[in-house]
Amino acid sequence: MADGKPRSLSPGPGGRLGTLLDDAVWGLRAYGFIVAMWVRSTMAYRASFLIMLAANFATAGLDFAAIMIMFAQVDALGGFTLPEVAFLYGTSCVAFGLSDLLLGTAERVGRRVRDGTMDVLLTRPVPVLSQLAADRFALRRLGRVIQGSLVLGWSLTRLEVDWTPGRVALLASMVLCGAAIFGCLFVVGGAFQFWAQDASEVQNAFTYGGTTLLQYPPTVFGKDLVRGVTFVVPLAFVNWLPALRLLGRDDPLGLPDWLDLAAPAVALLCCAVTGLVWRAGLRAYRSTGS
Amino acid sequence: MDDADGAFIDVRDLTKTFTVRRRSGLLRRTATRVHAVDGISFVLRRGEMTGFIGPNGAGKSTTVKMLTGILTPTSGRLRVAGVDPWRERTRLVRRIGVVFGQRTTLWWDLPLRDSYGLVRRMYRIPRARFEENLARCVELLELGDLLDVPVRQLSLGQRMRGDITAALLHDPDVLYLDEPTIGLDIVSKARVRQFLLTLNAERGTTVLLTTHDLSDIEQLCERVVVIDHGRLMYDGPLAGLHEVGRGERTLVVDLERELPPIEGIPGARTVRTEGPRQWLAFPASASAAPLVSRLAAEYPLVDLSIREPDIEDVIARMYAG
Ligand SMILES: Nc1ncnc2c1ncn2[C@@H]1O[C@H](COP(=O)(O)OP(=O)(O)OP(=O)(O)O)[C@@H](O)[C@H]1O
Ligand SMILES: [Mg+2]
Repeated sequence: MADGKPRSLSPGPGGRLGTLLDDAVWGLRAYGFIVAMWVRSTMAYRASFLIMLAANFATAGLDFAAIMIMFAQVDALGGFTLPEVAFLYGTSCVAFGLSDLLLGTAERVGRRVRDGTMDVLLTRPVPVLSQLAADRFALRRLGRVIQGSLVLGWSLTRLEVDWTPGRVALLASMVLCGAAIFGCLFVVGGAFQFWAQDASEVQNAFTYGGTTLLQYPPTVFGKDLVRGVTFVVPLAFVNWLPALRLLGRDDPLGLPDWLDLAAPAVALLCCAVTGLVWRAGLRAYRSTGS
Repeated sequence: MDDADGAFIDVRDLTKTFTVRRRSGLLRRTATRVHAVDGISFVLRRGEMTGFIGPNGAGKSTTVKMLTGILTPTSGRLRVAGVDPWRERTRLVRRIGVVFGQRTTLWWDLPLRDSYGLVRRMYRIPRARFEENLARCVELLELGDLLDVPVRQLSLGQRMRGDITAALLHDPDVLYLDEPTIGLDIVSKARVRQFLLTLNAERGTTVLLTTHDLSDIEQLCERVVVIDHGRLMYDGPLAGLHEVGRGERTLVVDLERELPPIEGIPGARTVRTEGPRQWLAFPASASAAPLVSRLAAEYPLVDLSIREPDIEDVIARMYAG
């Protein structure tokens, strides 16, 4: 009895790491063509797509309208001026918007498990996460990204920051690492639903609640709460630690300087942990009885 | 590839236990264990067409899900084409086709044609191969008019044919069918069966078929694997089921006139009377000739016929026993 030793199915010469890399590349490619399919089919109804995009843009704009209204009463919120708040808002909004656009559907695990379509995803030679995240890809979610970019762009014209290459890189890393961390939250939230199928609610509190929290400057909230958010959920790396540095502010927690540069490391760590949690979730998957 | 002794699918002492938590009282939750699959072993060779049957809740779907790599076994050994399906899932599923009668593997909102396009890219099927396979399935399953219809608008029978096509575009070595004829009318059923026979004959595709429609099995499979309560009850040729299930043949006799139930014929008993007609059951393994001559000698016979045992009865008796 040949135990294992598959010939045609064995990993390539790259060994385990090579296989892992191949899988990742294949997963991304598959994600790409599934998304392309959905975008094509959305574009068949161009008018309705544009309406949805506009609606998405407007809903996202309401958040910022609330902040503007507050500033009509006061000049500064927790010591931050309107352009500074707009900066915080814009970066977190773009980061969240990007992750929601690219990975937002990954949290539909619970529904997939309940209606049995998770089984179907598992019968295809494409990583489940790629299929899940690309499924019914909704380009209209670009609305939030556009709105956030506009606010961010406006704030950049008003802020007096000397844009050295280092600062530009920090801004880019803020947005990208932020998107990555939010994306991880979506995926981890999805993975937990393999264990508890109604975890979807809990996770919404994290991601959606999380962004609202980050759109206001940290000193508005109690110190303990902020500390909790910083360490329990690495959300703060998304936005305010690097932002404070960019804005030349003191960090209310007195954390060492190097920590705000740690965002890429934290994002990578999050991705690795997320990968493991996702895999464990898949392993725990038990399908349905019918 | 295959194991040394030619086993394409090799299942040894396979078990799957689900822990089900139920609320029992206000705060208490009790965990019960369901042994969905409880130590099954069988071997399928390349090109075999096997029926996989058992009553509701026997563990058929659970077994198929483990063979596909959807579920991890609780214990036991499982090899398909020489590899562990769960570990090597994304690679192995390229060689597997699956049809779940209960739900579609197609994209609900997409026309069949677009679904197939996605399947082509997911399985990296060379375009020429794809076109050829699609054309073949479209012809044999009569899908021509349906290719541009969104899946959600298809009838059950149309959708099932669409699903079977999707499962075969990448030339799988093995096809798992979990209740593929559920809810189909006679014409659709016949079409699907004929298609499977052709597929098996021409491509040598290994087929494992789960169904509650025993005529599917009678027409398609030489071999059956019967399970109940997660345990293997029978594995062998279809014909052998009769003996295991204590199958009985029935002699239908028409007498000249209405008589009391026939008695005193060794090895046979009267199971039903209706006017001058009577039904006598006798073991499927016994010969009918001595019985008939004895009857003719003692009773005023007008006509008689023999009915072969009904496979459904046989299996029902097996499940009960
Ligand atoms: N995901 C699950 N969680 C808990 N129990 C399950 C699960 N899947 C199956 N079971 C249980 O395992 C047993 C076997 O189920 P399975 O679906 O394999 O039966 P089956 O032979 O396919 O039945 P049917 O003919 O009704 O389709 C049943 O008792 C079922 O309740
Ligand atoms: Mg079943």
